[in-house]
Amino acid sequence: MLEIKNLVVQIEDKRILNGLNLTVNKGEVAAIMGPNGSGKSTLSYVIAGKEDYEVLDGEILLDGQNLLEMEPDQRAAAGVFLAFQYPLEIPGVGSMTFLKAAMNAQRKSRGEGELSTPDFIKQVNAAAAKLEMNKDMLKRALNVGFSGGEKKRMEILQMALLQPSFCILDETDSGLDIDALRIVSEGVNALRSPDRAFLVITHYQRLLNHIVPDTVHVMHGGRIVRSGGKELALELEANGYADYRESEAA
Amino acid sequence: MADVTLMKTPAETALVQAFESAKTTLPGSTESRAQAFEQFSARGLPHRRVEEFKYTDLRALLREVAPFAGVPTADEAKAALGGSKAFADVAALQVPFVNGHFVREAVDFAKLPEGVEIVPLREALANGHEWLAKLSPVPWASGNPVYQLNTSFMADGVMIRVAGSVETPVHLRFVTATGSAIATATRVLVVVEDDASFTLLESHESTSGANHQPNDVIEMIAGDRTNVQHVRLNAEGDKALALSTLALKVGAEANFNSINVVAGSATSRHQVYAILNGENTNLRVNGATMLKGTQHGDSTLVVEHNALHCESRELFKTVIDDEATGVFQGKIIVPHHAQKTDGRMMSAALLLAEGGSMNNKPELEIFADDVQCAHGATCGQLDEDLLFYLKARGLPQKEAESLLVQAFLGESIEFVENEDVREALVGTVEGWLKARS
Amino acid sequence: MPAVQETIDQVRSIDVDQYKYGFETEVEMEKSPKGLSEDVIRFISAKKGEPEWMLQWRLDAYKRWLTMTEPSWARVSYDKIDYNDIYYYAAPKKNPAPKSLDEVDPEILKTYEKLGIPLREQEILAGVEPERRVAVDAVFDSVSVATTFKEELAKAGVIFMPISEAIREYPDLVKQYLGTVVPVTDNFFATLNSAVFTDGSFVYIPPGVRCPMELSTYFRINEKNTGQFERTLIIADKGSYVSYLEGCTAPKRDENQLHAAVVELIALDDAEIKYSTVQNWYPGDAEGRGGIYNFVTKRGDCRGKNSVITWTQVETGSAITWKYPSCILRGDNSRGEFYSIAVSNGMQQVDSGTKMIHLGKNTTSRIISKGIAAGKSENTYRGLVSAHRKATGARNFTNCDSLLIGNQCGAHTVPYIESKNATAVFEHEATTSKISEDQMFYCQQRGLSEEEATALIVNGFVKDVLQQLPMEFAVEAQKLISISLEGSVG
Repeated sequence: MLEIKNLVVQIEDKRILNGLNLTVNKGEVAAIMGPNGSGKSTLSYVIAGKEDYEVLDGEILLDGQNLLEMEPDQRAAAGVFLAFQYPLEIPGVGSMTFLKAAMNAQRKSRGEGELSTPDFIKQVNAAAAKLEMNKDMLKRALNVGFSGGEKKRMEILQMALLQPSFCILDETDSGLDIDALRIVSEGVNALRSPDRAFLVITHYQRLLNHIVPDTVHVMHGGRIVRSGGKELALELEANGYADYRESEAA
Repeated sequence: MADVTLMKTPAETALVQAFESAKTTLPGSTESRAQAFEQFSARGLPHRRVEEFKYTDLRALLREVAPFAGVPTADEAKAALGGSKAFADVAALQVPFVNGHFVREAVDFAKLPEGVEIVPLREALANGHEWLAKLSPVPWASGNPVYQLNTSFMADGVMIRVAGSVETPVHLRFVTATGSAIATATRVLVVVEDDASFTLLESHESTSGANHQPNDVIEMIAGDRTNVQHVRLNAEGDKALALSTLALKVGAEANFNSINVVAGSATSRHQVYAILNGENTNLRVNGATMLKGTQHGDSTLVVEHNALHCESRELFKTVIDDEATGVFQGKIIVPHHAQKTDGRMMSAALLLAEGGSMNNKPELEIFADDVQCAHGATCGQLDEDLLFYLKARGLPQKEAESLLVQAFLGESIEFVENEDVREALVGTVEGWLKARS
Repeated sequence: MPAVQETIDQVRSIDVDQYKYGFETEVEMEKSPKGLSEDVIRFISAKKGEPEWMLQWRLDAYKRWLTMTEPSWARVSYDKIDYNDIYYYAAPKKNPAPKSLDEVDPEILKTYEKLGIPLREQEILAGVEPERRVAVDAVFDSVSVATTFKEELAKAGVIFMPISEAIREYPDLVKQYLGTVVPVTDNFFATLNSAVFTDGSFVYIPPGVRCPMELSTYFRINEKNTGQFERTLIIADKGSYVSYLEGCTAPKRDENQLHAAVVELIALDDAEIKYSTVQNWYPGDAEGRGGIYNFVTKRGDCRGKNSVITWTQVETGSAITWKYPSCILRGDNSRGEFYSIAVSNGMQQVDSGTKMIHLGKNTTSRIISKGIAAGKSENTYRGLVSAHRKATGARNFTNCDSLLIGNQCGAHTVPYIESKNATAVFEHEATTSKISEDQMFYCQQRGLSEEEATALIVNGFVKDVLQQLPMEFAVEAQKLISISLEGSVG
């Protein structure tokens, strides 16, 4: 489904990704773990198409399509969804207005007609209920004044509504208390399907107790330095990232 | 600075001629007109070295003076109003003007809403109506050249008196319909008696889109404990040079809320001159300006806090596309005796394309020590991170921009209380954005 | 906060007379004929032993000046100045150009001692860390009477000398840069200065040199009926750094005296200039009699890429201040900063601020201005931030806050913010307020007197700016602010 080959990326003359290779298959939940500064967030931004990052080499293919040639909105239409580590506050844009605009934009790109308002509201309410979201939240401007947990729930709500085929969760567990973590994880798990793949980026193993991965990749120095099954995450939890730092020094 | 006597520009000479030939035919006494015109011509059209017109050089912008149009026939007026679209879905008492003349036939004076009285200004001037004494409620506004021109040439208008709680908005609908350029000078006086509440709508349109030159003055005296909502929509054609002034005096414990939305005119300048004359009054003056092409939009504002414990909020939003130029000049004045003043003024501009310009001049002039006053001004582009977030959710560039622009202007428009009016303004913004993409 | 305590003590120790530098020095002076004419300009030029080109430059400026009118846009008012009732040159009769400190009139040396300005290098050296040393150029009315550490600076390649000397010794450098930042025709006062300037400092830092010590000039107006027209020119060549401080005082007199200075700074590629001013000219008495008219043009040109110019000013003196230290951000990635504290009390009038003119790409500027108005004073911030068409990526942040103490003063803010480039991001915020009653109450509840509480809160209000000053001067400035505000409470 997702294939990254020899990806080299820099920002303001600083090399962040150094020939990264990664494959995620349909239906797979892949976790990427790594110490701070290993380039995890950069990877998520580059897949989603944020400007500022200069791709020097390599390619990113989603179902054979070259993502690097696409605008962020085209990538979204192609099925990429990034749950932001720090979701943005957009004053003046109502949450509902935003959700509707996003859903309709994607429908349009698929050649479908606009959602009727009752259908839209029904879908949002159903999805929000599953995430135990307070309805008042949806009446406010997008993410404005939301707590950290509320923002993350809003991200998962969007994921549920937009039904992407490739989801990236960037440090989704950061800033969540244990209840919020459970609710968010359940939201994600409900979306697991044979047609959908996930890339779960996290610093800690904690999240992976709730969203159990099929594969775990360790990222360091801008590339994947080790890959394995879910037991790899436990090993990292026990030993930390020190081994990888040493190998760097050596 | 030395007063250098400059040669009169062709436009200034034309104004002198226009005044000479019009003064005997204009209604009412010529004395006050002549006085205002004398004051005007002593300095001529303001140019960039006149501080208040630093960013809107009327001497350069007003090259040719358009003739004043005559009174339209009933059929002409009807046709013109038929082509008018502003606030079409808002239920309101219509007070229409065509080519600068009040269309009397369109108002059923016998069936005015309770508490509303309307006197045509032309008649009032001709027979010396007692309300005329209430004109010019803001003394220092008469030093302004645009206001002076209006006083010199004002040909028509209405005087409105409001008492009690009036539910139905009054809509001053200004339509210009001649195929060639004309100048208009209208004056409206609104007296809102103590304890009254009232909504005033103003729309300015042209059915022909010619390069008209309207110069409108609205003067309002709002008494104690009044609640006034004022919404002005400039939907002039893209060639107009539109000058307008709102002169305002507000009493105690009142609530006054005004917004000017600009969606038209080659050049526009809207001046708000407000005096808060009673304690515990709240004033809000907002603006939402949309500029494109080579349009020039100026919002100028002076608020004088002349009593204790008043609060004023000014929020001006300007969106600048292409090579347009936006101007905001705002000043809050707090004299010694206006203690406990709370004044906050904000101007924010968004530049959507490379060639645009924005000039901000937010001023504070403060003589009282126990006050909280602040102003802010920002200008810049749309936030890249927000755009990315929206695009990552699948919105194409233009759509993402539109959503953010709507939100940006929406922060100013959301203070409009009447839902239908607010919807109409949101529609205006959407229309402007649609025309852009 | 020991500095606060010091401030309070300082304030207490002063009785009626708040201005402690108001004494007069008895020295016999030689003066030009009163008034302004070509002859007076020739007189000044001859006294300075100037080359012909300099005289011509002055005369051209004078001709231009005669066609100009005094600016009236600032928010200050004063009686018309009679430019023919001023002496444009006054210098100690005894040896106006001393070769060493031993030749300087002891009365003048005493003056600087009283002002706390160290002129004897050996005294300065004693007990002072080498990096804490400050080289001083002492200007007394129209002439420089002493410049310290010249030789040591010369070893580093730094030229630091009176400008009249530099005109003779480094004519090419002066010719190359003089009037290139503030053109002769710039404004009424700058043009006047170009015609009659008498002394001031010249600084040249060669490429790659970090100036080994702080440089400073101390301006003293002493003689009656004179104006001081100093001219300062600082050039930081590629990759160099200099920190420069200016101080000024004058005797108490009932007449107003004119001080019309021009300061030009030029920073070439990767160079940095920090220019700090502690302005303490005589402010006039409580009724507004006397005091200095401080009409000053200060401008820095970030001519080279990555250059930085920082203006820091603490303005407590002068009857009228008309002053806008500015930055022209010409070089790509250059940076301009302006930090200001303007305190006005009594009948003082301040109209001050800055201009940040963004011309180059990715230029940044920052303005922090703190105005404090007390007594019957008027305090105006006036500033311009502009981005020209080509100033892609320009950034400005402006914060200007005003504080009113008492109900008979005025605090005004007049910013002009002009952007002609869509990628420029300008943010401006301004507030005007009084010392919050809650804060006062809190401090008083903890046992501080009203005066102490005010000093404490004002110190907090100006902290952002004081931090920009070299440390010794920050302490001095802090005291000065409190002295200026003495009597404003209650």
